[in-house]
Amino acid sequence: MIGLEHYLTVAAALFIIGIFGLFLNRKNVIILLMSIELMLLAVNINLVAFSSFLGDLVGQVFTLFVLTVAAAEAAIGLAILVCFFRNRGTIDVEDVNVMKG
Amino acid sequence: MIGADIQILMPEVVLSVYAMVALLGAVYTTKDGAASLLTWMTAGLFVLVAIAIGMNGQGTHIAFGGMFVDDGFARFAKITILISAAAVLLISEGYMLRRGLLRFEYPVLITLAVVGMMVMVSAGDLMALYMGLELQSLAMYVIASLRRDSAKSTEAGLKYFVLGALSSGLLLYGASLTYGFAGTTLFTGIIAAAEGGASLGLLFGMAFLIAGFAFKVSAAPFHMWTPDVYEGAPTPITAFMATAPKVAAIALFARVVHDAFGGIIGDWQQIVAFLALVSMFLGAIAAIGQGNIKRLMAYSSISHMGFALMGLAAGTVGGVQAMLVYMVIYVTMNIGTFALILSMEKDGRPVTDIAALKSHAKRQPLMALVMLVMMFSLAGVPPMLGFFGKYAVLLAAYEGGLAWLAVSGVIASVISAFYYLRIVYYMYFGEDTQALDGRVPPMLWVTAVVTAGIVGLAWIPGVNLFGLDPIAAAAAATLVN
Repeated sequence: MIGLEHYLTVAAALFIIGIFGLFLNRKNVIILLMSIELMLLAVNINLVAFSSFLGDLVGQVFTLFVLTVAAAEAAIGLAILVCFFRNRGTIDVEDVNVMKG
Repeated sequence: MIGADIQILMPEVVLSVYAMVALLGAVYTTKDGAASLLTWMTAGLFVLVAIAIGMNGQGTHIAFGGMFVDDGFARFAKITILISAAAVLLISEGYMLRRGLLRFEYPVLITLAVVGMMVMVSAGDLMALYMGLELQSLAMYVIASLRRDSAKSTEAGLKYFVLGALSSGLLLYGASLTYGFAGTTLFTGIIAAAEGGASLGLLFGMAFLIAGFAFKVSAAPFHMWTPDVYEGAPTPITAFMATAPKVAAIALFARVVHDAFGGIIGDWQQIVAFLALVSMFLGAIAAIGQGNIKRLMAYSSISHMGFALMGLAAGTVGGVQAMLVYMVIYVTMNIGTFALILSMEKDGRPVTDIAALKSHAKRQPLMALVMLVMMFSLAGVPPMLGFFGKYAVLLAAYEGGLAWLAVSGVIASVISAFYYLRIVYYMYFGEDTQALDGRVPPMLWVTAVVTAGIVGLAWIPGVNLFGLDPIAAAAAATLVN
């Protein structure tokens, strides 16, 4: 029997993979965008699992909002990335270094 | 029913409709030709909406079943946000026009960001919180990379986007856990679920939410995006980032910890006190080596956020009041300082080197005096306005039983005084190396002198900080009960 905790474990695992993808990735900015997407989808799994477990629709409404915002976020991220590529001719993470922080 | 709800969020509706009409209008007519006019109109509209909120606001109104709360606290934050955004628009118009940056999207995006901030401070539900925060963030990502042909600006936008999205992800994960373990997304429901001790899942949710907020207010150890984004973004946009979004994020922070987790103050107090401590010291120490004034202001804002969080960490009405007072003072000081930074030019090109200010006082005595007032105030030297802000949060932390945090705050404040005073030293005693252009645009001149007047003269007995204290007290009282 698959219960709530199984869904939460999968979501937590995906979320952590997403965070590691952001920090360990040294290659490509597109992978950063994929990692962000993975984190948001892990949250969606969480929300839908809770929603079904609690018998409460709010979680699914929240999921729809998150999906919409994630789409807008990806669009803006890709637009910024295109501008960056035009200026620098590269999208390697290692080349995002004009300013050192 | 729905009419009454919409009546409550009329300011947001007006601004959203204005943003859409302005966007469509500008696209179908003169495009960037209308940018100057739009910027002035937007600033004017912000001031009008702020006045309307201030005049009409009485009591607490709740719309859409608790999702949207319009109380004294929200109104206080909204007025601060609107006025500071209007001031930033006014000081940025000339600068952006001269550099061909003034596109008509700029005032529209600022308007959308401001609508997002207003929803944030009024949120009574995790969904409203998330939508407001994202509306603000998405608009900010775009304006950070507004200078499309500059490697620095697009890199700033990219960094801001990636780390901002990470913080949204953390916050959202926290929201999902909070929803799951409280069974509701309404703050009133969460506080009821947390009564008599929160479950472990709810505590995890709260910690993730706080981590997300810490990113947005750029509190250490979640501050790493701040210096790069401040440096890379065009200066007027840096001025915007340093003011209104900070007020909105910290007001949202205060609302969530008090409205949703007000029953378990002991659980979040330690986290907020830790964030405050680390931010104050990191901001104070890391700024010492900076040669770029925008990076310096970034670390300065990290340090100031630490002080504001110190007020919040007290967990009392007095703490929230001190935090609100501190934020208003911080915003005033920042607008004045950025007006001066915007006027730093050499041969018509913007300069951000601190060394360029050397012997500024010989050439421009008045502007140097204004800068001196601002730097003394940021450092917290009495009798400038900044001192009263620091005094309020230190007192609140002490009275809230966090004497160790108050003592650390004083030490961090002494460390940070070094780099503020170094700018003053450069201006008055530095060797003249590279003369800045003498021209200060009238709008910047007026803004600098007016803010310096406010900052420098607030201590006069009859003025009493312009009556800020009682208003903030009333606002804080509606949040904490």
